[in-house]
Amino acid sequence: MHKSWWKITAVVLLVYTFIMGFLGEVPRLPLLQETIRNLYFHVCMWFAMMILFTASVVNSIRYLRTFQYKYDIYARHFAVVAIVFGLLGYATGAIWASFTWADPNKPATDSFSTIARDPKLIGAAIALLVYFAYLILRDSIQDMDKKARISAVYNIFAYAILFPAIWILPRILPSLHPGNDGENPALDVKNDIDGSMRLVFYPAVIGWTLLGVWITTLKIRLSLLNEKKMSA
Amino acid sequence: MKILKKTTLLFVLLLSGLWLHAQGEPATMADTMRSNGRIYVVVAVVLTILTGLILYLVRLDRKISRFEKD
Repeated sequence: MHKSWWKITAVVLLVYTFIMGFLGEVPRLPLLQETIRNLYFHVCMWFAMMILFTASVVNSIRYLRTFQYKYDIYARHFAVVAIVFGLLGYATGAIWASFTWADPNKPATDSFSTIARDPKLIGAAIALLVYFAYLILRDSIQDMDKKARISAVYNIFAYAILFPAIWILPRILPSLHPGNDGENPALDVKNDIDGSMRLVFYPAVIGWTLLGVWITTLKIRLSLLNEKKMSA
Repeated sequence: MKILKKTTLLFVLLLSGLWLHAQGEPATMADTMRSNGRIYVVVAVVLTILTGLILYLVRLDRKISRFEKD
């Protein structure tokens, strides 16, 4: 296999995450109860997404500095896989919220209208939509140079919107999601037993991110092969 | 080919040994899998899914490597 040590690391870390994620000690919190274990899965999706989007924008900048087409291909595939992680984060968040934020004494539609107004969800939705537009823009331009140049510039703008949309705005506005008043959205686990959750959470973030990078490299290699075939 | 046959035979023998061993046990076997509200069963299921996905990725990786060599 192609450069396999970090792929093995990813697998080992994910296996560790899944075992310790279910069997490890977690603080006993009201309402959250066992769902606090979602920290190792739901939150990691967003961390992986953020890191992959960063890799994407770095490659766009590299393209604009060197005008080598391969960097634009890198940027596109990092963005695609980041979007997949973002959608998974959204879906898992929806499940988690429906069991912790929704009021069981009210009809489901009432709870939905409060949850759907949550600034964190809206911010994440905006960020993802901006990246959908990146894909549409890039894949709709025929001319290769134009395609790469315009989409690289757009990618930088998209990243510039991503940051306030998911990191800044939701922290200023009141929200059901953890992370208001300058609090940390993921790591302020109350009564975190001697940081034992962190011992699982950080490896989990690295494992999930490496898995995303692995998938991205496969997609990149395939599309580079395609380019070679087209030009041959 | 010979080596392949030998290893398969070895595996079959090993597995049958395991099976016989399991038959001889009293009914309280797999204690770990039944304890703790059977959370271990969930861990086993999730790990199986993870293994499947990883094997799929490894296969894809190998396939692409082969294409790259051509």
